[in-house]
Amino acid sequence: MKKVFVAAAAAFALSAAAASADDPIRAGFVYVGPIGDHGWTYQHNAGRLAVEEAFGDKVETSYVEDVSEGPDAERVIRQMAEDGHDIVFTTSFGFMNPTARVAERFPDVKFEHATGYRRADNLATYDARFYEGRYIIGQIAAQMSESGILGYVASYPIPEVVSGINSYMLGAQSIDPDIEIRIIWVNSWYDPGREADAATALIDQGADVLSQHTDSPAALQVAQERGVYAFGQASDMIRFAPDRQLTAIVDDWSDYYIERVQAVMDGTWESGVVWGGLDSGMVVMAPYTNMPDEVAEMAAETEESIRSGEFHPFTGPIYNQAGEEVIGEGEVLSDEQIHSMDWYVQGIEDTLPN
Amino acid sequence: MRLELERRPEQSRLMLFLSPVMAIAITVLVGALVFAVAGINPLRGLYVYFLSPFERMWSIQELMVKAAPLIIIALGLALCFQASVWNIGAEGQYTLGAIFGGYIALTFADGPAYVVLPAMMLAGMVGGLLWAGIPAVLKTVFRANEILTSLMLTYVALLVLDYLVRGPWRDPMGFAFPETAIFTAAATLPELTADGRLHLGVVFALALVVVFALALPTTLRGFEIRVAGNAPKAARFAGFGLSATILFVFLASGALAGLAGIAEVSGTVHQLLPTISPGYGFTAIIVAFLGRLNPVGILVAGLVLSLSYIGGELAQMRLGLPLDVAMVFQGILLFSLLACDTLIYYRVRLVGRQRVAERGDVA
Repeated sequence: MKKVFVAAAAAFALSAAAASADDPIRAGFVYVGPIGDHGWTYQHNAGRLAVEEAFGDKVETSYVEDVSEGPDAERVIRQMAEDGHDIVFTTSFGFMNPTARVAERFPDVKFEHATGYRRADNLATYDARFYEGRYIIGQIAAQMSESGILGYVASYPIPEVVSGINSYMLGAQSIDPDIEIRIIWVNSWYDPGREADAATALIDQGADVLSQHTDSPAALQVAQERGVYAFGQASDMIRFAPDRQLTAIVDDWSDYYIERVQAVMDGTWESGVVWGGLDSGMVVMAPYTNMPDEVAEMAAETEESIRSGEFHPFTGPIYNQAGEEVIGEGEVLSDEQIHSMDWYVQGIEDTLPN
Repeated sequence: MRLELERRPEQSRLMLFLSPVMAIAITVLVGALVFAVAGINPLRGLYVYFLSPFERMWSIQELMVKAAPLIIIALGLALCFQASVWNIGAEGQYTLGAIFGGYIALTFADGPAYVVLPAMMLAGMVGGLLWAGIPAVLKTVFRANEILTSLMLTYVALLVLDYLVRGPWRDPMGFAFPETAIFTAAATLPELTADGRLHLGVVFALALVVVFALALPTTLRGFEIRVAGNAPKAARFAGFGLSATILFVFLASGALAGLAGIAEVSGTVHQLLPTISPGYGFTAIIVAFLGRLNPVGILVAGLVLSLSYIGGELAQMRLGLPLDVAMVFQGILLFSLLACDTLIYYRVRLVGRQRVAERGDVA
C-alpha cells in the first residue's frame, strides 16, 4: 500500500514539474451553485469555457462548484491561490469577505469578485446591470398580463434583487399604472423545489406572468405546465418552456473573463469596478418569443434606447412606498443609490423582509 | 443456496479491527475504478483525493478546522443516541449558539478579549442549551416525539438568524447586504499559527474528546446514560430518573452544539451571515454513528469526513472531477464503512437448499 502512495506522489510531482516549464495562465473559478443550475452558475461556467476556447493551451482553467457561502469558502479560494492560479474569480456575493482575506495573503494573485463592494490592489469587482433587462421584461409583462397581477419569485432581499423588482415594476407601470405585483421570497439562490412551490402559489394568487430572481428554471417549468407566461433568468431557458418563455435576461460573462485573463497575460491587469449593462454585452436579451409582434417591437425599442444611453430605467420622478419623491423629474438614480437600494417604489403592495 | 446474515452471539473482535481496514480497501478499489471510468489515472486520482490534503501545513490545519465543529457536535449527539434520545436538531442548536455568542460579540465589541471571548463561548453554550431544552421538555412532559420537534426547531432557528442579519443586526456600513459587522479582534478566537486558520475552537474539540473518553466509562452519569438507552426498565428499577437523563443528554448536546456554533463563527467566519454552516449539525449525526458513539471514534470519524470534503474539492480543482462524482466518492466511503460494520455483529453464511426447505413453510 505504502509503495502505491509513494509511486502516486512521484507521478504527481513529475506532472507538476512538467507543467511549470512553459507557464500557461491559470484561471480559477469558485461557483456558489452547481453548473447544472442552468442559470447563474451555468453562465459563469460558460464564461470559463469561452476563456478556454479563446486562449487554447495558453490558459488552464479549473473550478469548484456548489461551494457553501459559510466557513468553507475561504478554504476553497485559498486552495486556488496555493495551487498556483494567477487569477481567481469568485462568483457570489457571499464570497466577498473570504475573497478579501485570501487576497490579503496572496498579493501576487489577482482576484475578481462578482457583485460585491470590497476592493484592494489585487481584488477587483464586477457586476452586471441586470435591472436594465428587468425594465424591459416589466413592460412586456404588463402587456401580456390579462389579470393585471404579476408574480415574482425572489431570492434574498439584497440591493441587486430589490433594484430588479423596482425596475421591473417601473417598466410595468409605464404600460399599466394600476398593475399589481405579488412577491415570494424563497431565501435561496438555488432550490428548485421551493422555487416551483413559490411559482405555483403565485399562479394560485392570480398571477399570469411570472418573473424570478433565482437560479434554476423551475418557475418556467411550472409556467409551461400551468399555461402562464414567464421569463428566463441568467441564461436562455427557452428549452424548459418553449411555449411560455417570453424572453430571458442573459448574463454573458465571456467577454469580461477573456478581457481580464488577457490583461493578466499582458501584465496590464488592474483592480477596479466594472458594472456592465446592455451596451457592454454583459446583459443580453434572449429572443422575444411567444408574444404579438407589436409587443416584441416595443421591447426591442426599449432595449435599444437603454443600450444607447438615451433612457435610464431609474429616471425620475420616482416615489417610494410612502409616496415621498426620491428623485424628481429628469433626474436618474446614481450607481450608489442603486447599489444600496433597500426600498420599494410606489405601487408595490409588499413589505421588504427586514 | 443463498447468503444469509446471522447474528453473532458476541461481537467479533477481529472484525472490530478489520472492518475499517476493509472499508478503506473497498473505497480505494471502487474509487480507483471510478477514476479509471472517468478517464483519470487512478493513482493520481487517489493521491489527489486522499493524500494531497496533507501536502501542506495550512491544509492539514484546514482538515482540523473543518472537523472541529463536527466532532464537538457529535460528542454531544453520541450522549443522546446512547440514551436512545434522537436529537436531530443540532443544526438549530448550533445556530442559536452562534446567535447568542454573536450578540455578545456585537454588543461588547470593544471589551477586553479575556472577558469577551469567554462570555461569548458561555453565551453560545447557553443558547444551544436553551434551544435543546424545548424538545427536551416537550418530550419529558408531553411525550412529544423529539425527532419531529428538534428537527422543526432547526428551521425556526435558521429563520431567526436570517431575520437578525437582515434586520436589526445588519451592518450599517454594509450597503444593505445581509451580514453583521465583522467581529473585532477581541471577539475573534485567536488563530494559533501564522499561515493557517487553526483556531482555539480546534483545541476545544480535542480537549472535549479527552474529557469524554475519560469520563464516560468511569462516571455514574455515563453508566446511567447507557442503561437508560439499552434497558430503560432496568434503569427505573435501579432508581435512575429516566426524565432526568433525557433532560441531561439533551441539554448537554445542545450546549455542545451551541459551543461549536459560536466557535465556528468566531474562529472562521468572523461575522454572522445567513449561512454559517454547511450542514454541520446533520453531518455530525453521521460522524457520531461512524465513530460508534465513542469519543475517540468520533475524533477519527470527524477527520475522515473532513478529509472526504476537502479531497472532493481538490479533486474538482485539480482533476476536473465533477462535483457529483466527488459526492459519489464520499457515498462509497460511508457506505463501505457502514456495510463492513455489519460484519462486527453478523456473519455471512451460505445457506444450503435443505435448510431453506426445512424453513420453507415459515417463510
